[in-house]
Amino acid sequence: MKNYYTKEVIDRFLNPKHFGEMKDASGIGKAGNPRCGDQMEVFIKVKEGKIIDASFRTLGCAAAIATSDVICEMIIGKTPKEALSITEEEMVKELKKLPAVKVHCSSLAIEGLKKAVNDYEKRK
Amino acid sequence: MEKIYFDYAATTPVDKGVAEKITPFLEEKFGNPSSLHAFGQEAVFALDRARESVARFFGAKEREIIFMPSATVANNVAIQGALQKKEKPHVVTSAIEHKAVIEPLKNSSAEVTYLPVYKEGVIKEEDVKKAIKENTVLVSIGYANSEIGTIQPIGKIGKIIEKENEKRRNKIIFHTDAVQAVNYLPCKVDKLKVDLLTMSGHKIYGPKGAAALYVREKTPMSPILFGASQEKGFYPGTENVFAFAGLGFALEEIKKNDSEETKKLRDRIIDFVLKEIPETKLNGERERRLPNNVNITVEGAEGESLMMALDNEKIAVSTGSACASNSLSPSHVLLSIGLSRERAHGSLRITLGRYTTEEEVDYFLEKLPPIVERLRKISGK
Repeated sequence: MKNYYTKEVIDRFLNPKHFGEMKDASGIGKAGNPRCGDQMEVFIKVKEGKIIDASFRTLGCAAAIATSDVICEMIIGKTPKEALSITEEEMVKELKKLPAVKVHCSSLAIEGLKKAVNDYEKRK
Repeated sequence: MEKIYFDYAATTPVDKGVAEKITPFLEEKFGNPSSLHAFGQEAVFALDRARESVARFFGAKEREIIFMPSATVANNVAIQGALQKKEKPHVVTSAIEHKAVIEPLKNSSAEVTYLPVYKEGVIKEEDVKKAIKENTVLVSIGYANSEIGTIQPIGKIGKIIEKENEKRRNKIIFHTDAVQAVNYLPCKVDKLKVDLLTMSGHKIYGPKGAAALYVREKTPMSPILFGASQEKGFYPGTENVFAFAGLGFALEEIKKNDSEETKKLRDRIIDFVLKEIPETKLNGERERRLPNNVNITVEGAEGESLMMALDNEKIAVSTGSACASNSLSPSHVLLSIGLSRERAHGSLRITLGRYTTEEEVDYFLEKLPPIVERLRKISGK
């Protein structure tokens, strides 16, 4: 059976590991998709040049929640600069596949991360 | 709990009795109704019987019923057919029509007035009167809305048009798309005073691939499809006997007392949600509403994610959120009743039907609150 969402997307959507506000974040980034109305916030905690924790808050579809969770997982352990090099394709790969109409959800996550890193750089 | 289907406005399962009656048309009674031999005549008989049943249901004459492959095609035949050969035609419709009415109008040369439906989701009949102009050719208003279930005053609009037509030479044609109404609302064409009416088989426990267009006698209509002369030339092509027969049988199974039971279940859902889940609202007026339709907005949660989380609990519903549409735009119906894009984003449509049980409703009402709570935690709203 051809499913709209892969099992990976559904699993992450149902059991995201990284959601929630971070009180002691080193950087916060907000991104919104003006078209579909999804909103996302990325929190990062940086210690000794590395992202040691990341979390998100997302008002959006299953794909938006799943990609938010994926990006948080992918950036933990990376330097902020390394984190910024993550591409949409790499994120989609983690989820096996995203429906074409949902690929923009991964760019929303990247946008949120970019802003969180910028915020961190500014605060430094 | 087995899978629960709360999306009857999208489509319905075929009634078991209907399915049994029409399966012979796939194998044994496969004839082409245009053939004069026994095989063909068997098919003619089935088509005649189906047409009789449609005519009886709508209080029409058999020759006024045209079978169609879908309500979308029927609406196209109705709208384009009414506009053809008219000079600078003007059409009155509402802002919440189905795409199958809006798109044929947008793709025509007609000037279109879209009537507002206000926050209730219902047009005011006096607005129709005000909108009618010298060159108005067609008024097309859906009987009941597929998303928010609101019911339009078709009979009252029909009266206004009838009165208007008394003093006009170029008569206005009145069309209604009654696809969502047939299960629950009175549909006699003389009471509604419509000239054209669209209905569909798969929303009334009949098969897909069957719809019907009622065309009042002497309505000036031109065909838009050309071929042999089946269906009075309005839908030429070999008839889908299996599906059309099914539509006829399905109409015979519609019992108006279904409405009361369904309405009770609907009201239980509405009352529970509004009372037990904070920051929720009902979209569209409650009184003038189909007995099977619930459309709510849940603030701080997005509709597609609500739908997917419910799907994971084996409950099938739908949403008007932009995230669930291929165009990434929110439902035009929800925007037309004044919802902000944010509120449309959190919309959920639950449509009940003939096989909905109290147990299913209980199960749904048990599963929904924790899902909303979880999604609100994720969104932080």
